[in-house]
Amino acid sequence: MSKVIERLYNGIIKENPTLVLMLGMCPTLAVTTSAINGVGMGLTTTVVLVMSNLLISMLRKVIPDSVRIPAFIVIIASFVTIVQLLLQAYIPSLYDALGIYIPLIVVNCIILGRAEAYASKNKVIPSVFDGIGMGLGFTLGLTLIGIVREVLGAGSVFGFKFIPEDFPTLTIFILAPGAFFVLAVLTAAMNKIKLSSGKGGNAVECDESMCAGCTMTGCRGRSVK
Amino acid sequence: MGKLLTIAIGSAFINNVVLSQFLGICPFLGVSKKVKTAAGMGSAVVFVITLASAVTSLIYRFLLVPLNITYLQTIVFILVIAALVQFVEMFLKKKVVSLYNALGVYLPLITTNCAVLGVALKNVQNSYGFVESVVNGFAVSVGFLVSIVIMAGIREKIEYNNVPKAFKGTPIVLVTAGLMAIAFFGFSGLK
Repeated sequence: MSKVIERLYNGIIKENPTLVLMLGMCPTLAVTTSAINGVGMGLTTTVVLVMSNLLISMLRKVIPDSVRIPAFIVIIASFVTIVQLLLQAYIPSLYDALGIYIPLIVVNCIILGRAEAYASKNKVIPSVFDGIGMGLGFTLGLTLIGIVREVLGAGSVFGFKFIPEDFPTLTIFILAPGAFFVLAVLTAAMNKIKLSSGKGGNAVECDESMCAGCTMTGCRGRSVK
Repeated sequence: MGKLLTIAIGSAFINNVVLSQFLGICPFLGVSKKVKTAAGMGSAVVFVITLASAVTSLIYRFLLVPLNITYLQTIVFILVIAALVQFVEMFLKKKVVSLYNALGVYLPLITTNCAVLGVALKNVQNSYGFVESVVNGFAVSVGFLVSIVIMAGIREKIEYNNVPKAFKGTPIVLVTAGLMAIAFFGFSGLK
């Protein structure tokens, strides 16, 4: 039981994929034009993550080590296809809003990263809860960014408009540049917290380690100088 | 010809792959410290995306559509792209050593670059033919090359600036990207 709670805490707070590890940046920036899209993308990714962690953990003794990455990719891509078809059938509004970013969940660094780092080495139950924790952490990050952008850019939260109709809004925040600005301020705030708490001392540096999660399949010890 | 030009300009500048579509953000932030490496990464991406657009377009048209299994496109495309990158790497290592020395280290990094899969899926979504797919792939990747090189040029200058402590590293790069995205809005006047 303690293991389960530890996994959830790890995913949502300690190693939050969006705010701490900075993984899966493409969907984070692209679909967070509104809070509801952020929630939708986060939960869709969570479903894929939990299912792939479950299956990969079950098969961890069957998959030969040398072909594990292609095997993981096939498993993840299958679940993404299933989820995509389900969304198309039952929640078409979300399917239209997320568009091409649903199939692109396949290349989301978080999913392959958890398969490689956790599910392929651990038992089924902890792996499932690792997926739930990481997925909820991702959802939390996306929702937060979505709320900030929607409040500033459209004057509403979850579609509920709270400022008068003819009041000007900062439309730029629901356009592309706003995504970069909101994420910049959020990461700066995270840096500030880290700096003032004394731990870690130095600010998060943008170097190869940030990209390592995404490209771990390819790097294999080679680094780009 | 006019249609191809519209596709090319639209994909390279108006809907820039990084600054307005948010594909390939990882290499854009991670490999943009120096202009030289950024140009290397950008060239490798141009090479792989153009090739991948051609191959996935052919596979979609002559394999997935006739067999009526287009719903498998995500699985097929990602496997084809991964295999293609491996194959290109082996081919260059054996046959074109000079090109391998220039692009080699970047090739494995590209498999999980979501821009490659994104372009392949976009080609299908817009029902582009073979020539249009290749032109679109080339234009998208040129857009990537342009933006990553500009970003690296700016970052080389930021090194000498006095950035607030909390904004050092990733945050200031994101602010720069945001300003670049605003600048790229200017291209929408070309429509």
